[in-house]
Amino acid sequence: MKSLILFMVLLTLWLLMSGYYNILLISLGIISCAFCVYVAKRGKIIDDEGLPIFFMPRLLNYLMWLFKEILMSNLATAKVIINGKVEPETFTVKASQVTDVAKVTYANSITLTPGTVTTKMQKNIFEVHALNSDFGDDVRTNEMDKKVTWLEGKK
Amino acid sequence: MELILDILTGICFFIASLSVIIGACGLIKLPDVFSRIHAAGMIDTGGTAFFIIGMVFQTGWSLITVKLILIGVFIFFTSPVTSHVTANLARQKNILPVGKKIGKIL
Repeated sequence: MKSLILFMVLLTLWLLMSGYYNILLISLGIISCAFCVYVAKRGKIIDDEGLPIFFMPRLLNYLMWLFKEILMSNLATAKVIINGKVEPETFTVKASQVTDVAKVTYANSITLTPGTVTTKMQKNIFEVHALNSDFGDDVRTNEMDKKVTWLEGKK
Repeated sequence: MELILDILTGICFFIASLSVIIGACGLIKLPDVFSRIHAAGMIDTGGTAFFIIGMVFQTGWSLITVKLILIGVFIFFTSPVTSHVTANLARQKNILPVGKKIGKIL
């Protein structure tokens, strides 16, 4: 089942990237996608971690929220760089996700919003570096943590 | 219609260039490694996102649009990894960040 989904994803990518639709090239695409799926299956990497399809139903909603957040903190970071009011702070937050993929998504989301960077992690405790106490408060309110837990959908 | 699209592209490119310039200033101005990563993150997100949106206005609906959006998606997946690797390496070499530390850090 998962192999079939991976095959469809790869084939869609091939069709979108190539742009030539004649029989020779499409059959070459099918062969190479099938070979990739075979290698992945032999390497046992087709699982929830390699192909996180349980994210998909709620992913678009989350991405919209993340883009809004990135835009806002871009503005705030630009303001801080121009003003020069830099008071860096380091603190730890707790992640409430279960799976590793969701934890990585949370850490990546923190890093992707300018002004906050995940510097270290141990089990489910992240060490976060923030440019300013305003950025730090954004992470400490745990709003993003709740969103990612909702995206994961295991609770 | 062409004119409106051109103007939209211009606005997007202007915002993107501005965020790249401010990010570059931040890279020089901010005090230590960890703070400079924030400026680099600003270039990665704000700069590339607005450049790609501006280019999408020019291509219209075609396969090139899909390719541009895929470039954006891959950059958004890979840029936090490089930021995190830089920060994590600095922490492993026992470089402590400037500024206050709240609570016990790892």
